[in-house]
Amino acid sequence: MSDFLRIIFVNVRRHRLRAVISVAGIAFGVAAMLTIVSIVLGAVSMFQDILSSESHYIVFEKDVSDLFFSSVVGEEVEALRKLPNVAEVDPMLVGIVSSPGHPIITCFGVEAGDARLRKARWIGGSASGFDSEKETVYIGVRAAEFLKAAPGDRVPIGKATFRVGGIFRTGNGFEDGGVFMPLPLAQVFFHRPDVVSLATVRLKETDDGKAFQKEVSHIFPGLVALEDREFNRNYSQFKILTMTSWTVGLFSFLLGGMGVANTMLMSVFARIREIAVLRVCGFSKIQVAGIVLGEAALLSVVGTALGFAIGLSGLAVMGAVPQLQGYVQADVRPSILGLIGLVAFLTAVGGALYPAWFASRIEPASALRFE
Amino acid sequence: MTTLFSSAPSATPLAPVVEAHDLWKSFDNGRIPVIRGADLSVAPGEIVALWGSSGSGKSTLLHLLSGLDAPDSGTVSILGLDPALEENRLRLRRTGLGFVFQLHHLVPDLTVEENLRLPAVAAGAARDETTRRIGKLLNEIGLEERSEHRVQDLSGGERQRVAICRALVNRPRIVFADEPTGSLDEPTADGVFARFCHLAKKEGIAIILATHEKRFLAACHRVLRVQEGRAVVQ
Repeated sequence: MSDFLRIIFVNVRRHRLRAVISVAGIAFGVAAMLTIVSIVLGAVSMFQDILSSESHYIVFEKDVSDLFFSSVVGEEVEALRKLPNVAEVDPMLVGIVSSPGHPIITCFGVEAGDARLRKARWIGGSASGFDSEKETVYIGVRAAEFLKAAPGDRVPIGKATFRVGGIFRTGNGFEDGGVFMPLPLAQVFFHRPDVVSLATVRLKETDDGKAFQKEVSHIFPGLVALEDREFNRNYSQFKILTMTSWTVGLFSFLLGGMGVANTMLMSVFARIREIAVLRVCGFSKIQVAGIVLGEAALLSVVGTALGFAIGLSGLAVMGAVPQLQGYVQADVRPSILGLIGLVAFLTAVGGALYPAWFASRIEPASALRFE
Repeated sequence: MTTLFSSAPSATPLAPVVEAHDLWKSFDNGRIPVIRGADLSVAPGEIVALWGSSGSGKSTLLHLLSGLDAPDSGTVSILGLDPALEENRLRLRRTGLGFVFQLHHLVPDLTVEENLRLPAVAAGAARDETTRRIGKLLNEIGLEERSEHRVQDLSGGERQRVAICRALVNRPRIVFADEPTGSLDEPTADGVFARFCHLAKKEGIAIILATHEKRFLAACHRVLRVQEGRAVVQ
């Protein structure tokens, strides 16, 4: 077996340039997929983290495709609070604005006792005046960096200017690159009086979750309550983002696979007589095909390793670039790495199937006849 | 026959290792007939030369006799097996046959030893046994010092001697050689042919070679002139 593997290694080494091109194709495919999928999963994960902070259920408007367009009115929030199994309700209005030089600033309109504020670590100032101080917002540490703001400063956000009441860090890229503002201020700012995007609900007894869901759908026909995990699975924006990232990644893999197919085919064409001699030496068709597939597998392993290195380095760089406002918090999961590795392997070996089949059908006499 | 090289004076009447009957072969959908009704039987330890001018069909006949190519009609039996079947061809190539070509057809970038391992790898032979066998073969041709050299570092004669060794790694009973001395200078060619004679005489290996060089014919047990698609005893 070791001699068989050695033949594979030597063959790859002999065609260095082709091997390098193939490895590069696979590596860029792997890096692209890893980067895109990890960034999207990271973004989804951050958003999920915001929504599910210390809560069990998310209540929002039924049949809306995007939470930004969801409307839950103040009466409904108050009615939710009065339900017997409800321990806490945190309403939140979400909006996105821009400020000069910064295209995206996510704003979260919340109440003073919101769980998201409780978990924040205050770098400067505090949330003590969250309810009482007028025209005051509380900004994340990354937002403070790019807005060059300190507590007490006034910062432009959208078309308005606000005083900075405090600077916090939660570790969540959207929150650290965004702004918390008192709910009434946010409702005025986004022209959505007495409306919130959603309410996160913590129950007293989680075992009664299904009963809570039924109660919500019965009392509020226009709303829906989804368990956090259920929401993550069903929220169409998450699904679209995830599907898109995998699709883009797969297409980049296909390009890599075509590169392998091209390389292996050229390699086989260049070695027709050599393969004929292997057949003369007693190599079976399966052994010959195994050599070609083994070469592709070797290229895929090297390409995947290189692609992981490129992708992880790229993600690390993007996470540190100030211009990205901390929104890139890649979620690199072992399962994703495994899946990408598997796809890379299958793509490379798949690309080598035809060359392997072609090589296995080379007949010595015809290949050697014209020597 | 006169013996320029030391081969067996005559083949003993043992069961033939190769038997061919009424072989026909043409190319280009029958428009170019090459072999027309060739018959041949080769005994163990026999050196048989297929002699003829370029394009006479001697290489084609050699390919048919060795199972490298299939005849349009006629039968071939090698060591009692029908080479028309893939499993038989594999079995023969792994255990019964060795091949030497005009161009050595060694794999570039592999070392001498790695090239010699190829038939053993195909046959799944034990590594240690193969190592001993390769050492012995290289010792016999005086190239044991060069086992770690890549084939492109060898001279033409050395490469051809290595190619002969490769043909012998799996202890074949028949060696098919297609113009094995065609690209070598005279002294080197003499050395290669002497090696074939030695193999036939000492190890009982049947040698069937296609050649156009007359000076080796005297040392062969039989010379078959390939002419108009037939093998005629010379």
